[in-house]
Amino acid sequence: MKALILVGGYGTRLRPLTLTVPKPLVEFCNKPILLHQVEALVKAGVRHVILAVSYMSELLEREMRAQEQRLGIKISLSHEKEPLGTAGPLALARELLTDNEEPFFVLNSDVICDFPFDDMLRFHQQQGREGTIVVTKVEEPSKYGVVVYEGDTGRIHRFVEKPQVFVSNKINAGMYIFSPAMLRRIQLRPTSIEKEIFPVMAEEGHLYAMELQGFWMDIGQPKDFLTGMCMYLQSVRQQAPERLRSGPGFLGNVLVDPTAVIGENCTIGPNVTIGAGVVLEDGVRVKRCTVLKGAHIRSHSWLESCIVGWSSSVGQWVRMENVTVLGEDVIVNDELYINGANVLPHKSIADSVPEPRIIM
Amino acid sequence: MLKAVILIGGPQKGTRFRPLSFEVPKPLFPVAGVPMLQHHIEACSKLPNMKEILLIGFYQPNEEINRFLSCAQQDFKISIRYLQEYAALGTGGGIYHFRDQILSGSPEAFFVMNADVCSEFPLPEMLDFQKEHGDAYSFVILGTTANRKQSLNYGCIVENEQTDEVLHYVEKPSTFVSDIINCGIYLFTPEIFQHIGTVFQKNQQDMLLEEQSNGWHRAEVIRLEQDIFTALAGQGKLYVYKTDRFWSQIKSAGSAIYASRLYLNQYHTTHPERLATNREGGPKTRVGTVDVLGPNVSIGTGVTIGAGVRVRESIILHGATLQDHSCVLNSIVGWGSTIGKWARVEGTPSDPNPNDPYAKIDSETLFRDGKLTPSITILGCNVNIPSEVIILNSIVLPHKDLNRSFKNQIIL
Repeated sequence: MKALILVGGYGTRLRPLTLTVPKPLVEFCNKPILLHQVEALVKAGVRHVILAVSYMSELLEREMRAQEQRLGIKISLSHEKEPLGTAGPLALARELLTDNEEPFFVLNSDVICDFPFDDMLRFHQQQGREGTIVVTKVEEPSKYGVVVYEGDTGRIHRFVEKPQVFVSNKINAGMYIFSPAMLRRIQLRPTSIEKEIFPVMAEEGHLYAMELQGFWMDIGQPKDFLTGMCMYLQSVRQQAPERLRSGPGFLGNVLVDPTAVIGENCTIGPNVTIGAGVVLEDGVRVKRCTVLKGAHIRSHSWLESCIVGWSSSVGQWVRMENVTVLGEDVIVNDELYINGANVLPHKSIADSVPEPRIIM
Repeated sequence: MLKAVILIGGPQKGTRFRPLSFEVPKPLFPVAGVPMLQHHIEACSKLPNMKEILLIGFYQPNEEINRFLSCAQQDFKISIRYLQEYAALGTGGGIYHFRDQILSGSPEAFFVMNADVCSEFPLPEMLDFQKEHGDAYSFVILGTTANRKQSLNYGCIVENEQTDEVLHYVEKPSTFVSDIINCGIYLFTPEIFQHIGTVFQKNQQDMLLEEQSNGWHRAEVIRLEQDIFTALAGQGKLYVYKTDRFWSQIKSAGSAIYASRLYLNQYHTTHPERLATNREGGPKTRVGTVDVLGPNVSIGTGVTIGAGVRVRESIILHGATLQDHSCVLNSIVGWGSTIGKWARVEGTPSDPNPNDPYAKIDSETLFRDGKLTPSITILGCNVNIPSEVIILNSIVLPHKDLNRSFKNQIIL
């Protein structure tokens, strides 16, 4: 089976992290975002993954070669030279997707959840139609595209983009499974799948909704990245609690890479991810944070709701909070207060940032 | 024979020192580890002919003042008495009212000083200067240089550069007059009372001509600055001794930290035993391992400091507790207060521009453009700060238990 992952372009919403590393390779809970999806696809029987990219990255190419070897599958890159919208990339990959009659998966690369690929395949084959969309229930549907469908059959009636009044609380979760026949609907030009393709398919009775169970998050921006991290760690607690770290000084769900070093009298958690080679000195308190590879947090500092970029260094007695994001190799001097700062790579911070702002 | 008079004001004065002045009269607030007044008394007691120190103010006698007086008398072996004004009589009215006490024993001269200044107290130099200038009855004002803009906040002195006579004096002018300012430390001879008496008579006559409207506008209220110096300027009686040693007003709580720093620097030569590797610690202070204190930190008695605590540019008053990993910067932590683990108590210093040698500390207004001006964070007595919060640029009144972070606020 095949899958197409819509990776897209520069990942600007996840800057400053994506200034150093292409978004699919940013580690989410100690594993590149893309790998969460690819490994789940492989488990469901996918042997060929196509990455639809609009920005070609050598780093991504090299990493994908390595994963091909490791997972024993084929990974192709489909590079759109001009913007093709959300449907166009499918047309671009038409040859790769239609070499047999099997249905193929399409995923939005920012989505994290308990991937239901087996259920999707079964549901899709049962319906025998051209397309199945996974939907998920959210608290604030008007931020997204809402799906209106028949509860018992799953047959989709219509879509409403960012509705002003309450229409439904089920939104498009960014995961689809299609039969190859649907590709005849898409031409190789900039096309919106939500606005141009889906409405027609729905009208013809060829589009069905499958409701997702469990957590879901679009982790394309830092605030949601951290929220998604909390959800994912909770899911790990339920399914594989041995992966989490516990004991004195650890509260709630904490994921620690075995090569990380944690000092004395630290209190870590709840909801913390510590990457490879990270050093936490004595007396550090970290809550609801992702600390990426090689970062160094010096003693007595206090961090809440932050993303600390690769190889960054946070000084002693620093207080960082409110979705502060440090890019790669950022240095924060001792005793500063950093509130909601978005700090670009290789920057040194010598003054407190008491109100949220971007530091270039 | 010499005497000294220290004007200590009363509870209605020094309101910019709240909430710290709720607990202790401002003149007794510890600066560099000892009560503000003690620095004055120590300087006075060093003069060989100093016979007596008189404190004049309108505080009701209370336990703290009495205790301070008896300790100071023992420590400095000199007579110190508190003379209570029946009402706020002004900087001139108080000494005039008690002139008999001041003149008893016939001192040749006496110093008069404001309690709320921090200074190196060049008193011997002022005595020598007085002998060399004018006649046996001339008066000396201690002056220092300020920058042009800030001089408007002080008493401004125009001097004759050759004779050092004060030619002109204006208190807080609205336009630039001079960059030499009045330090609030004076050397008078008994003749000063004739001049104050003249002003007093004149006031009484004016009172008779006017209706008795406001209670506080009485004939006995005389201000040295506006009423006496302005009139004496240019009469060959008033001289200014200029100093370039350290000097600062202590009007707001924030300036107490700046004044502490000035005195702490002086301790290297005068009281090295009060300094302990970057900090000033009192007896019975418990300090955990691996903590970093300083520069410019004063810690009172009975303070408990946990492990991994960072304190800088701050005053920690008696009995306070700082728990593990907490961080206190540019703040005053009140008596008996507690700061929880990993909490951050931080203020913004209002120090004078270090590049300008004549810059003085600003006594800023509390609000600017409708917002609280960022300044030193002050925790009143018995304030409890929970763990892991930040208290930034805020003032917390006494006996308050906080339950979350606060920034740029006054918490009642």
